[in-house]
Amino acid sequence: MNVLVCVKRVPITGGKIVLTPDERAIETRHLGFTISPHEECGVEEAVRIAERHGGSTTVLTLGPAEAEEQLRDTLAIGIDRAVHLVTDGSDWDPESTAAALVAAIEAERAAGHDPDLIMFGNESADNGNYQVGIRVAHALGRPCVTGVKGITMHDGRVRCEQELGGGRDVYDVPLPAVVTVLEGLNLPRYPSVPAKLRARRKPVESSEPARSEPRLELVRLTVPPGRGRQAEVLGEGAGAAPAVVELFKKLGVA
Amino acid sequence: MSPVPGSARVVVIGAGIVGNGLACHLARLGWTDIVQLDKGPLPNPGGSTGHASNFIYPVDHSREMTALTLDSVRQYKDFGVLTECGGIEVARTEERMEELRRRMASAKSWGVEPVSLLTPAEIKELVPYIDESVIVGGFYSPGVSVVDSLRMGTLMREEAQQAGALTVVANVEVTAIGTERGRVTSVSTTDGDIETDTVVIAAGVWSPLLARMAGASIPLTPAVHQMIDIGPVPRFENAKAAIEYPIVRDMDTNMYERQDGRGLEVGSYAHRPILHDPAEIPSIEESALSPTEMPFTEDDFVQQMEHALELMPEIVGDESVGVKYAINGLLSLTPDGLPLLGETPEVRGLWSAAAVWVKEGPGVARGVAEWMTHGEPEIDLQASDIARFYPCQKTVAHVRARAAEGFNKTYGIVHPGEQWESSRGIRLSPFHARERELDAVFFEAAGWERPHWYASNERLLADYDGRVKPREAEWDARWWSPIINAEHLAMRDRAAIFDLTAFCIFDVTGPGALATVQKVAMRQCDVPVGRVIYTPVLTPRGGFRSDLTIMRLDHETFRVVTGGAHGMADLKWFADHLPEDGSAQVHDLTSAWCTLGLWGPRARDILSGLTSDDISHEGFPFARCREIEAAGLRVLASRISYVGDLGWELYVPIEQGAHLWDAVWEEGRPHGLIPAGIGVYGTTGRLEKGYRAFGFELDSEYDVVEAGMAWGKVKDEDFVGKEAHVRQRGSDPAAIMCTLTVDDHKSASGVERYMLGREPIVTPDGAPLVDAKGRRSFVTSAGAGPSVGKHLLMAYLPPEHAREGEQLAVEYMNERYPVTVAVAGSTPIFDPENSRIRS
Repeated sequence: MNVLVCVKRVPITGGKIVLTPDERAIETRHLGFTISPHEECGVEEAVRIAERHGGSTTVLTLGPAEAEEQLRDTLAIGIDRAVHLVTDGSDWDPESTAAALVAAIEAERAAGHDPDLIMFGNESADNGNYQVGIRVAHALGRPCVTGVKGITMHDGRVRCEQELGGGRDVYDVPLPAVVTVLEGLNLPRYPSVPAKLRARRKPVESSEPARSEPRLELVRLTVPPGRGRQAEVLGEGAGAAPAVVELFKKLGVA
Repeated sequence: MSPVPGSARVVVIGAGIVGNGLACHLARLGWTDIVQLDKGPLPNPGGSTGHASNFIYPVDHSREMTALTLDSVRQYKDFGVLTECGGIEVARTEERMEELRRRMASAKSWGVEPVSLLTPAEIKELVPYIDESVIVGGFYSPGVSVVDSLRMGTLMREEAQQAGALTVVANVEVTAIGTERGRVTSVSTTDGDIETDTVVIAAGVWSPLLARMAGASIPLTPAVHQMIDIGPVPRFENAKAAIEYPIVRDMDTNMYERQDGRGLEVGSYAHRPILHDPAEIPSIEESALSPTEMPFTEDDFVQQMEHALELMPEIVGDESVGVKYAINGLLSLTPDGLPLLGETPEVRGLWSAAAVWVKEGPGVARGVAEWMTHGEPEIDLQASDIARFYPCQKTVAHVRARAAEGFNKTYGIVHPGEQWESSRGIRLSPFHARERELDAVFFEAAGWERPHWYASNERLLADYDGRVKPREAEWDARWWSPIINAEHLAMRDRAAIFDLTAFCIFDVTGPGALATVQKVAMRQCDVPVGRVIYTPVLTPRGGFRSDLTIMRLDHETFRVVTGGAHGMADLKWFADHLPEDGSAQVHDLTSAWCTLGLWGPRARDILSGLTSDDISHEGFPFARCREIEAAGLRVLASRISYVGDLGWELYVPIEQGAHLWDAVWEEGRPHGLIPAGIGVYGTTGRLEKGYRAFGFELDSEYDVVEAGMAWGKVKDEDFVGKEAHVRQRGSDPAAIMCTLTVDDHKSASGVERYMLGREPIVTPDGAPLVDAKGRRSFVTSAGAGPSVGKHLLMAYLPPEHAREGEQLAVEYMNERYPVTVAVAGSTPIFDPENSRIRS
């Protein structure tokens, strides 16, 4: 069982998001970088599948040279090898991204690394276009299940579960297939120190992808109102208890 | 939250460990209307306190830092937020073991006990998850503790609030600090303005920005300290407390490992220095965690993970133990590694309490609060006085260069004589080119390059064969040369010239000049023009604020000459005591005058070849100064000596310095004149004469009587510290400054060892000596006395031991060496009658 996970380097935006002066990117001067929580679950799932069923795991990204940091992070979780399509740092539109990924996957196949299962995060954490995985599946002519929160491998097929309000949709598709996953699929592990050190010695193959003429253009970003940290003081000491209870009820945890 | 009040007796900016401590201690000292501001939320506003590792190792080679740490420990204990867990500094190398033996001495000198050296097997018993095969031993301090610095801060604020003395306003940012004629007048915030004449900046890494608002400087740089938290650790699964095992400092890799509940925290000072610009720290809103918890840069931490894995494979090597938290935490670094405390020299009423870590925070807070209240703290903080810097030491480039160099020495083996490598060659005397031709070995003093000895004097070693010995142990010989002793002997036989341009020189002038110097100086300054006064400068409680010389150049002009290291603080002290009516001024002339010292039995022969003025003993007696014409220059000559020989300090404007040097050199060569370095001036010559040095023998915790300098009568005029001084004269001193000689240098391994200073003086069987004020005896200065053929130590001893001939011992590298009290008091061991100086 060979599993390929696609990830994207994105800024960690725990605080207020600040845009660059041209409003076409997030100001990342003070920010660290990561992959999205969806993708973290995808990585964890790939490692678990390989642990359970054997086979190899590969991580693929398209991004700037610095994205090697994120590749190493996934290698520390247990992915075997990484493929890096190195860009000049500009953000690619989903169509171009998908085309480059498809080309890379075709090259993987030609080199004998044909993935049985390709996983994406349901959407990227920054631009959230919700389409790269679907475009790749379409181009490769493989079935695609989106928004997946449960994966079981069996008999050359993959059983995928989507969570709906109060129920589940289950899709059982033949391999090879593409799935886009959601946070909550599993609880990703923290990498150990030895795993981090091992990750630094694992292979990362890099190449420069060809960029197709973009037909989609990012014009401007806007920060949604109300985002960022909002703390409300509910009260102090024992007197705050009723307000806390009210809030718990509202959140559905009490 | 309270609204911002319109006025305050004092505004404390910052609610980290220091600001909270200040609020508490100012209130305890009777201050009211204290307003404390922070731009962040409480209890963790997002500064360095919030992510501190919060452990405290009490033993440091610095007496001041140890005293502050011990005081902080007492305070943390009083508030019930301290857990003692013990700590072990482990050594991977023999060189480090030697350093740990040196730490044993510091622990004894500063009274931090019990401590002990442990074998790897003993360490394994205390820290079962360590791989003892990679270490050779360790230094165990059972008193190492972990504190809750955030809780401490809350409790201290609450105490001041309950006393009705404090208003705390969080989430409000300071936008301006108003000044008028060099004094603080107000603080503007995002929520309104506060009228006040006193502001304390305790804002950690942001402090430089706030100081700049008032036109002042707090020279620190934010720097990264990386740490990770790994867990859950199976061995700690049933941990009942946050810390149950000793904290390990892996000294040789610049790292520490400590249990934190079910996790293990691994921190490092080993990575490349990562410095930040305070203006570039993200805002609270923009920060993912907090402004001072910056994104982790793992590439800088790879080696550290390897090292942690080596030392604690059971935990760090466990595949189930994950890295759960990793940050580049910001902390404050300064050019010399010491905090920035006291009133800023630029703005009256603007105080700094910055570059302080959790381990010394409450102690610093108490000290600064006392300083603000009484004019001096109980614990001497003069080495941390923010007024200590010269303008060239406050530049961003200098601060960054030294902070970068100092960062990796956080756990370093730092020799007492160690020199900085970066930011050198900034201040050059006019003699510099000549000194280079003579192969001077330069040490730095207050930014100046100063010859410590001259390699070209190596030929003198043969002249003094048998009296000048090399030192066998590399540590004792580091930053030292036997040439120093040869230069010393050549000076005593013939003459030597010294570059003393690093002196800080300033004039006090005007109709109020006499009143000013009388107020500051302990000794009588109303003397005839042409007299040189050597005087202590006292703190209000009668301790030493400084010691310096004052030349009365004319009726209304007093020229103050003081040591370079403390010169800027002295300048501020005089400026602070100028009369309110503007009738006197101080003028800094440090960069206007150079100083050439000429001493030795042939000094008069040499100088008389350059001048036709009367410089005979009768014509130019000791302790006199006057202008003479020499070598075609107008030279201010001052007949004093710090090395115990006949001679003068010669002052000329800096552009004429090279000419003076050449003339003296040419004239002196037939007399056997040599150039000599500060190794002679500051150590060998000085120690043979028993001259006390500020910052070594003299500080605010010792008084004039104890220092043996209470000669003459107390002047009638008032001066700072007079009342205390009179009282001290009327009672027996608790300690007496003594000169001791080392009787036997042989170590157990047969190597002759030479103490370098700060070692404990003990009884022959190793018991510490403690005086009536609870102070321990330790070596304040150590060095060769080539003319007396002994290694000399200076130390304050309790009176019952301060008897000539008393047999004691000094501890060095965890061994004891016999010493004898040679002199109790100020009589020099060399030339006790001072006949050379007065010849």
